[in-house]
Amino acid sequence: MKIIKGRVWILIDEQGRLIEDIDTDQIYHNAYLHITDISQMGQYALGNLKGYEDFPLKVGQGDIIIAGRNFGAGSSRQQAVDCFLALKIGAIIAPSFSPIYWRNAINSGLAVLRCHHLNDLVSNHRLESGDILEVNVHSGEAFNITKKIAFSIEPMSPVQLAIYLAGNLFAYGRQMVRQG
Amino acid sequence: MAKTIIEKIIQKHTQDEVKPGQIVWMELDLRTARDFGGPNVVKNYEREYDDEPVADAARTFFTFDLCTTGCLLRYADNQQICRLFARKQGLKVYDVDWGIGTHVLIEEGLAKANTTCVGTDSHMNLLGAVGCFGQGMGDVDITFAFRTGRTWFEVPETVKIKLIGQPDPSASAKDITLFLLRKLGTKVLAEKAAEFYGPAVESLSLAGRITLCSMITEMAGIIGFIPQANEAARQEIERFSGEPWLPFQADSGAIYCQEIEINVAGLTPQVALPPSPANVYDLKEVAGRPINSGFIGSCTNGRFEDLEAAARILKGRRIKEGIILRIVPATRHVYDECLQKGIIEIFRQSGAIVMNPGCGGCAEGHSGLTGRGEVQISTGNRNFPGKQGKGEIILASPEVVAASCVAGYLISPEEL
Repeated sequence: MKIIKGRVWILIDEQGRLIEDIDTDQIYHNAYLHITDISQMGQYALGNLKGYEDFPLKVGQGDIIIAGRNFGAGSSRQQAVDCFLALKIGAIIAPSFSPIYWRNAINSGLAVLRCHHLNDLVSNHRLESGDILEVNVHSGEAFNITKKIAFSIEPMSPVQLAIYLAGNLFAYGRQMVRQG
Repeated sequence: MAKTIIEKIIQKHTQDEVKPGQIVWMELDLRTARDFGGPNVVKNYEREYDDEPVADAARTFFTFDLCTTGCLLRYADNQQICRLFARKQGLKVYDVDWGIGTHVLIEEGLAKANTTCVGTDSHMNLLGAVGCFGQGMGDVDITFAFRTGRTWFEVPETVKIKLIGQPDPSASAKDITLFLLRKLGTKVLAEKAAEFYGPAVESLSLAGRITLCSMITEMAGIIGFIPQANEAARQEIERFSGEPWLPFQADSGAIYCQEIEINVAGLTPQVALPPSPANVYDLKEVAGRPINSGFIGSCTNGRFEDLEAAARILKGRRIKEGIILRIVPATRHVYDECLQKGIIEIFRQSGAIVMNPGCGGCAEGHSGLTGRGEVQISTGNRNFPGKQGKGEIILASPEVVAASCVAGYLISPEEL
């Protein structure tokens, strides 16, 4: 049973609303696309997102990012996922993700989770930056430990869960070969 | 069971049951990587699979289009990493002299109707213009595809979109596309496929079909298809593929998650202002805004018809003093046609700069980046903050970009 537990980072604008359509150039700018070493990518995470330029300096291992709808719009760059792996981010939760970003994250073993009522949770202050959140990726049960509030997210699909538990698509592929 | 187009293409490539929401293992006819993402693929591949051969060398390619000018050492390094891997594995490289990979795949007859194709390009889905299921993917996916020739895919739902009426003659394929972004935003097509019907889209040239299909990505969609084509577009597709164009048609009774009618009658030129491609206005609402530079090209508007349309505006005119207009043909083939038909000469006389073919105006390594405070009008597909440098990007058609560079401010061509 896999439970993700971490401190919450909510990506909000100046009006306190979840930022929607955060694109891959805001997550990981195209000036650094030539980099192939994952360990070098963390320092650029969210470096072009207004108000979050110093995110890599402040974030901690296992932290959970909460973002608005269509997270990861734009480019197919894997670095927009890898930069969070480099920082050992525990999960990213958003109402929806861009299709390519969604696949890239799943294939790299980064936990991406959909939660359709995030906007309400955030605007009603039932989920705030700094809260400690616990998520069961099998059942979709989420619990804000700090505020003692339970809510639900979409559980991982079978293939997403299998890849996540294997570690990434390559490890999953080897498992499939072994199992014929 | 009656199927939509995407369901038919996926069904042709899998043994699994195909219905929306189902995850299937899908065979890939073409697997590609660019000079962006490509070196990461090589690194993943050698780490995970060492010297094992790719699944099918004849259907695996590199297409270099990100940094075709050779102006950045780090891309020169990355391109050479890909070339060496390609040599070892026996893969063809469409090198920096070819142009935008997706367009080269069409011109070389590799991307055909009813096939599947993946690459490290989020605009791979522009291949929907010829009925090919193209899909952009990250380097993990592509590495796996190189080795196995397949991938997992969640069958998307399909939205059926019918365009009603004929746009004003001043509106181009880009204006229809921007208008659709204005209407659909990033919600309606999110994670879905689209099928487009109606004379306004069925009368488009191949270039126009590419313009529309390329920006499905900006609508957060998976892919768009235009199952009917006019005779000229059909002939161009068949000339490239060397075979009759017979794209799958949706079955009557196919199930759509949504059916939408959009009225484009009398549509006039549109522009997308910062900060997003869906922030679209009628050009006439914002006409007169000063600009500093222009860009014509990209996978969305870099074809011959796009450049020819710009040349019609620029012929006999000069770009306003102090404005820089950069033009990047999509491919060598496009460049050749422009040269033969006198288009390059028109650009030269107007004062525009014509660069070698490839991607452009989209990322570092391309020509057409902006400095702080600069306002650029561009035929590209994205205008997110900071993407093309520190300046601001306004998205428009080639005609509107050309006219605005002559005037020095946003203007509709017929007002010039």
